This record gives sequence, C-alpha cells and structure tokens, in this order.
Amino acid sequence: MDNDFAVWFSKSFGLFYLIALSIGVLVYAFWPSNKKRFDEAAQSILGDEDKPHRDQPWR
Amino acid sequence: MKDILRWSLNLLASRSRRVLLAMIAQLTRYERQLALFILLALSICGLAMAVAGTGDALGVHGAIVLLAAIAGTFWVISGYYEPEPSDDRLDRYFDDPSRLGIILAMVWVVAGLFVGDWIAWQLAYPDLTFDAAWSSFGRLRPVHTSGVIFGFGGNALIATSFYVLQRTTRARLPDQLSPWFVLLGYNLFCVIAATGYLMGVTQSKEYAEPEWYADIWLVIVWVTYFIIYLRTLVRRKEPHIYVSNWYYMAFILVVAILHIVNNLAIPVSLGHAKSYSAFSGVQDAMTQWWYGHNAVAFFLTAGFLGMMYYYLPVRAGRPIFSYRLSIISFWGITFMYMWAGSHHLHYTALPQWVQTLGMTFSIMLLVPSWASAGNALLTLNGAWHKVRDDAVLRFMMVAAVFYGLVTFEGSFMAIRAVNSLSHYTDWTVGHVHAGALGWVAMITFGAIYASVPWLWKRERMYSARLVEVHFWLALAGTVIYVFAMWNSGIIQGLMWRTYNESGTLAYSFVESLVAMRPYYIARAIGGLLFLIGALVACYNIWMTIRTADQPADQRLGDHPVPALAGGTAPQPAE
Repeated sequence: MDNDFAVWFSKSFGLFYLIALSIGVLVYAFWPSNKKRFDEAAQSILGDEDKPHRDQPWR
Repeated sequence: MKDILRWSLNLLASRSRRVLLAMIAQLTRYERQLALFILLALSICGLAMAVAGTGDALGVHGAIVLLAAIAGTFWVISGYYEPEPSDDRLDRYFDDPSRLGIILAMVWVVAGLFVGDWIAWQLAYPDLTFDAAWSSFGRLRPVHTSGVIFGFGGNALIATSFYVLQRTTRARLPDQLSPWFVLLGYNLFCVIAATGYLMGVTQSKEYAEPEWYADIWLVIVWVTYFIIYLRTLVRRKEPHIYVSNWYYMAFILVVAILHIVNNLAIPVSLGHAKSYSAFSGVQDAMTQWWYGHNAVAFFLTAGFLGMMYYYLPVRAGRPIFSYRLSIISFWGITFMYMWAGSHHLHYTALPQWVQTLGMTFSIMLLVPSWASAGNALLTLNGAWHKVRDDAVLRFMMVAAVFYGLVTFEGSFMAIRAVNSLSHYTDWTVGHVHAGALGWVAMITFGAIYASVPWLWKRERMYSARLVEVHFWLALAGTVIYVFAMWNSGIIQGLMWRTYNESGTLAYSFVESLVAMRPYYIARAIGGLLFLIGALVACYNIWMTIRTADQPADQRLGDHPVPALAGGTAPQPAE
C-alpha cells in the first residue's frame, strides 16, 4: 500500500460509510412501526412511579 | 461559644460517622470482602509507587494513594460486622452514589471556579502568584480546567447517569460495590491530577495533562463505569433504551477510546512521573486535538445532552418535542464530531486537506447541534409559564439557548478565514466559557436542583429564592465573561495583523496586552459572580439536605423509607 493509495482511501471512505449511516438512521427513525415505541419512550420518563420493576420480564 | 462549637463539631462527627457506617452497611458481606481486597491491592500499588518514586513527584502520589487506601480499609473494617442489607433493597433504586456524586461535584465546582477566578485576576495583577512555583499561572490553569471539567462535570455526569439509567430502565444498579468504586476511584484520579499539576507534573496535552500512572488508573475506573451501564441495561425492564442512555453511553465509550489512544506513552522509568508520548510532531498534534475536540464533543456535549434529554422534559412535565429528532441528532453528533478536531490546527504543518475536512465537518455539525437545541426549546413550547416561574427549568432553558449559540459560534470559528483572526486569541477563551458556563454548568445546575429534592426525599429545594439568586448571578457572570473575551479577542487578533505603510507590524505584543487589560478585569468580575452563585447553590443544597422536616415529594410517595433499627440500617435521608 503506497502513500497515494492511503491518502485516496483516507479521503474517500468516510463519504460512503457516512452516507450509508445517515440513510440507515433516517430509515430507522421514520420507520412507521417504530413510531409507537418512540412515543411510548418519550412518555415513559414522565410517570410518578419511582421504583424498580423487580420480577417482571419486559418481553 | 466554645461549647456550641464543640457540640456542633461532635454532631457533625457523629452524623458523618453514621453516614459512613451506613454506606458500608449497604454492601453484602461478599462485597465488603471484595472492597477490602481492592483496597489491599491499591495500598500495595501506592506503597510501590511511594518506594520506587522516592525523591520524585511519583513518590508523593504513591503516599496519597497509600493513605487513601489505608483510610478506606479502616472505614470498611469499622462497618464490616454491620448486619447485611436485606432483600428489600432490591425494591428501591440505589441512589447513594448519586447523592455523594452531587456533593462532590459541588465541592469541585467551588474549588475549580475559585482557582479559575484567581488566575483570571493574575492576568490583570501578576503579583497574585505570590512568587511561588505552585501558584504560577501555568500550574494553576490545569487545576482550574481539570477541576471544573473532570471534578465538577465528571462527578455530575456520574451522579446523574446512575440516576437516569435506573429510572429509564426501571432496573436497580447491578450491585452495591462497583458504583462506589467508580465514584471514589474517579475522585482519586481527580485528586492525583490536581496535586500533580501543583508539583509541576504534566504531559503538556491539553485536558489530558495527568501522567501515565493516573491515566492507567482512570482506564480501570472508566471500564468499570461502562460495565455498570451494560449490566444495568441487560437487566432493564423497559424494552426501548431511552435516548439519554445512548448519549451517556457514547460519552463513556468514546471518552475511553480517546483517553487510551491519546495517552499512549512510555514512562522514563517505573519510578518516575515523566513519560514520553508515543506520537511525535504533527501526528502528536493531530492525536491531541482529535482527543481534545472529542473531549468537548463527548465529555462536555454528549454526556450533558443525556442529562438534558431526561431532566428538561421531566421538569417541564412534557415529553420531548420530537423523539425521532433526538435519535437523528444523536447519530449526527456521534459520527460527525469524530472528524472535526483538525480545525484546531489550521495553518499548521497538518496537510491542508485534513484541515479542510475538519472545517467542513465542523460546519455540518451545526445541523445535529441545532436539532438538539431546537428540540429542547420546542419541548418548552406550551410550558413557558413554568420557565418564568421556575428558576430550575430556566437554568435548563438558558443552557439550551447557549448550546445553540455556542455550536453556531464554534462552526463559524472553525472556518479557516475566521480562524486566522480568532486563533490564539481570547475569542477562543470566550467561546469555551460560553459553552462551559452557559451550557455545561447551567444544565448541570438545573439537573442538580431538580435531583436534590428527589434524591433526599424533599418536596422542594430549601429556598426557591436562592435558586433565583444563583440563576441571575450565573447568567450575569457568563454574559460579562463572554462579552469581555469577545472584545478582548477581536482587538487582540486585529492588533496582531495590523501592518503600517512600511509593511511591519503596527503594534508590539505589549501594546496588545495593555489593550486587553480592562477586559481581563471585567472577565475576572464575571467569573467572581459565577463563583458566588455556586457558593449560594452549596448553601441551598446543604440546607435542603439538613432540613428534614418536610413532607416527602409526591413523585416519590410510593417509596417508603424503611423502618430503621437502631440507626444501623441505611438512611436515605442523610
């Protein structure tokens, strides 16, 4: 691997992986079936309850 | 008078003794044994450092470690035969490390702000070094920066992250020992760092000044911190991991990566504090500012955004404006910040394209940054009357405003042409403090004022009026500070680049110093206001903790304080 290739690679790889990442994040955030879970998460911190759920499984 | 003094000292001693014993009483027998084992290992390390480093600063640090470990050993032994905690504890969150973390954060903020203001006055009145080596600007400055960033910010992040992690996962921390190990071990690191600077120990890397042995210790503490996070998440009772935890985890994980890479170094010998970095030249500079800028990104931004995404909605009583936006900006911030560090090295030996890359990413960062700031402010839409009436929420609102302003300013200053004016001037100092005072400290004080009544089971803070006083002192101090440094920095930058007809510099360096002096005095006054505000906060928090005769908070009403037997059981109200 010579210097030219190393420089070319350093300058270019980020373009592809960051675009792929952006698309992935947008798809995840706007995926219709995720909306309910996000709304619930946003609400979940507002409750009055203040103790751990000890024995109850979440799934 | 003497009797009263003796009586209060005795009271304080017996109270703190009870608190200390109660801390040990929370540990299971196995955890007490493990604690003793850790302290034994630590004291051996301290002894080895003290012996090998005789005549060197390393020896002094060895003695500090040894004394801390011996004190800890006595403490654990004194409570060793306390009854074991009952299983009832599993029905409660484990909040004592958060309580102590908040108190330590307040101790560090007063110390750090005091030193900061002292050196601010030194710049206007150089005699304030009092002719001692340890009190010179160069040694005190890292005490200030580490004191406020790591001492105050770090303790506040640890304390609030444990609090938020448990509430958002509805799971108790996995055990009783590791949170104490993280909190106390981290503070040992901070003490080693600060005392080292006073003795002249530094590896001359900004925000990474502590030497190799302190760095190794911090890695151990930090990895334990991350493991606590993972172990709690594995046991979570909520299917979705709330966004605050993503930010806190990014903070812990990335700081570990940055810390390990930037501090790769070879000590001169195992008996010396001094080490040499694994990097040299421009690689060293790039590694340092990759670290330095991401310390801003992940320590001073991601962690505190985690704080904001929990405390601001809860305090406002409204869900975050857009949860989706919080996710998108999370990934934007984590992945773009990584590339921005090279904007600290404009016009240096760093290749031009790397500088341009850093500049470009810094400008792109404005998008996720403003997404977060806007998300916070839009959450308050419909709750502005609460912002008006409640200084705690107002702290958080102002923090979000400053976050928006500072990220804009930062993107702007990263542009190469702007940087040619701003770099090496006080403008940079003003920018950093707009972020540190306006964003980090404001959101932290908001979170602390919100947490203290929740943690100590009080209805509210001792005095809402003193919170109000603190708010205005902090805001006035920040504004005075930032405006002084903007003026000073731009004047300085312009004077450095003004040429006369013959093509030589129009101003000497001393002339620029004389021009800056009034602003240095103004800055020190701004800092003093901020320090006084923090002292007011300490008094208010202390009185909130001491004044126990208030009804419990509604929010915590389903959380009875267990019946105490002979004062030996843990006492959450302490």
